[in-house]
Amino acid sequence: MSAITMRELTKVYPNGVRALDALDLEIADGEFFALLGPSGCGKTTLLRTIAGLETASGGRVHIGERDVTALPPGRRDVAMVFQDYALFPHMTVQDNIAYPLRIKKVDRRARADKAAETADELGLGALLQRRPGQLSGGQQQRVALARAMACHPQVFLLDEPLSNLDARLRLEARTFLKRLQRELGVTTVFVTHDQAEALALADRIAVMEGGRIRQVGTPTEVFRRPANTFVAGFIGSTPMNLVDAEVRDGELVVAGTRLPVPEGVQVTDGEKLTYGVRPEYLDHTAEPASGGLRGRVVVVENLGSFSLVSLDLQPADAPAGDTPGTSVQVVVPEGREPAPGDTGWVVPRPGRSLLYRDGELVTPTATPAVPAARTAAGAEQ
Amino acid sequence: MAPVTSPPDQAVKGRRRATGAAPDAAGLGRARATGFLVPGMVLILLFLVVPAAWTIYLGVTNYRLTGLAAANPEVVGLDNYTRALTDERFRSSLVLTLQFVLGSAVIGQAGLGFAIAYALRDRRGPLRRLVEGFVLLSWILPSSVVAFLWIALLDRDGGTLNALLGIPGTAWLLDHPMLSIIVFNTWRGTAFSMMLYAAALENVPRSHLETARLAGAGTWQQLRDVVFPRIRGHVLTNLLLISLWTFNDFAPFLITAGGPEQRSEILPVYVYKVALSGGELGFGAAISFVMLLINLVIALVYLRMLGRRKETA
Repeated sequence: MSAITMRELTKVYPNGVRALDALDLEIADGEFFALLGPSGCGKTTLLRTIAGLETASGGRVHIGERDVTALPPGRRDVAMVFQDYALFPHMTVQDNIAYPLRIKKVDRRARADKAAETADELGLGALLQRRPGQLSGGQQQRVALARAMACHPQVFLLDEPLSNLDARLRLEARTFLKRLQRELGVTTVFVTHDQAEALALADRIAVMEGGRIRQVGTPTEVFRRPANTFVAGFIGSTPMNLVDAEVRDGELVVAGTRLPVPEGVQVTDGEKLTYGVRPEYLDHTAEPASGGLRGRVVVVENLGSFSLVSLDLQPADAPAGDTPGTSVQVVVPEGREPAPGDTGWVVPRPGRSLLYRDGELVTPTATPAVPAARTAAGAEQ
Repeated sequence: MAPVTSPPDQAVKGRRRATGAAPDAAGLGRARATGFLVPGMVLILLFLVVPAAWTIYLGVTNYRLTGLAAANPEVVGLDNYTRALTDERFRSSLVLTLQFVLGSAVIGQAGLGFAIAYALRDRRGPLRRLVEGFVLLSWILPSSVVAFLWIALLDRDGGTLNALLGIPGTAWLLDHPMLSIIVFNTWRGTAFSMMLYAAALENVPRSHLETARLAGAGTWQQLRDVVFPRIRGHVLTNLLLISLWTFNDFAPFLITAGGPEQRSEILPVYVYKVALSGGELGFGAAISFVMLLINLVIALVYLRMLGRRKETA
């Protein structure tokens, strides 16, 4: 049992910066957990506080049944892989991997055996006598992982595990990491600022901002139903479209277009809300469509198999320039891209748009009929 | 589509070929470069090489400060050297010098300097600046001033130390002359080691120390496995410099004058006494040359250790 439980965890630095603000978080045994957020959001501080490299100013950290809040890092039974891997340059790969065992006074023979065994598991068997300087970035990372694995800790902590690798290697390492974590089944927490990395790797994600957790959930939950506009804007390779909306006669008015209020949302007339929909869940048509937002195409970005099209919204029933600066982005499959300057309509797919009141999600958890929505959208075009 | 990048050889063609007159980066040419070097070389020759050669020459003569031998020095071969090596006073002086170097430089300055640098490594702000300020002060004050301060501190009657400890009448400079000058030189020279190690410690990656901490390593294990391997080059360079400086340091003369009974007579003091007080310039020059050889050996040992580091790294 090595779940990690944090209760009202607070970290205030001597200069007054509140890096963690009374965090409550539970990470299940064997879970691959991501701490995601922009720089300065406290994610690294949280990881380091779990490791014991930072002392909490308040609150408790439990690993399994043990309260480790006051324990030094060496006695928490955690292993950390640093962003720069922190391999000791004067030691061979074997000595690096066996280093934690050496500190634990395991005898030389057993150390060498364990290092060789761990290295074999990670495909480093032929490199045992090399020094870190003679290894590639990917190999160095695996040595750092092997060093973390060698002493069978209860928890792995990874600080930006993929950021020091070049783009191609990063994908490879991502798959490798996920597979390794699944095989080992050890509770693993990693920090990243890259939402794609978090979505791809993690079983669950905590999205952080300003020392607080803004949402915890599976990648699907965080992607489909961001709990607030911050998460909505942060998650997704293209951020969610967030457009001002107003309630009029029981309907939503978004950039001059009337849209139905999602089921289960209580609204009052005249209320101002934020209407959110992902570019992936919008369909672009060149013909006027009912329930579609009208706009002028300003930018078309080719992203390979699809293009990202930006439109400045131009309400049909209002003079141009009524809602200046309101623009939406829509994903258009290849071959159907409009040209800049064209007028187009974007139609939100049913069940995929979200409403935010004061930045917080109000659309209730109604499981959207995903396949139905897709076929319907496809048939329209 | 046609490639828009230029073929690789085109870029090279455009560059000015470094040929003929100016093979150097600055484009001076050999003659002008030599012109710039000459004044410096002349000064080095005049004030460094010539005196050194002159010392070697004097070492094989019976040249004296005064008297007949001052007017007509005679070459006496290796007499001065055999005399020095059989001289009890020279040998005891050599032993004292080694004690002085080991005690005040290697253990004192390097040890204390490292300890202060390590203790202050994560500190910023007034405490660090205060400590650094005091340590530096001891380094930048003139020797004569510092010597006077230490005599005032260690004086038997009315010395500050005795007053502080409440043991008037303890004659530190008479009873413990070597200890006194070792402590004095440690105090005086720690600043250099401290600054050098402080800079070196900045180079030790935080993540390496934290990896060791996460493995459960204590302070000594962190020093052994992470810090020292990383700053080994700095340590050796520092030891080389302070060993040579301490070996040739004359400041203890200002405090104990080599006494009492030559018990703090390190080699620079011995040479001074023999050559200038005793007037035996030839003999003094011979001892100076022996000192130079010892310095050379010390330097070679350290440099060899530094070189070995580069091979393994």
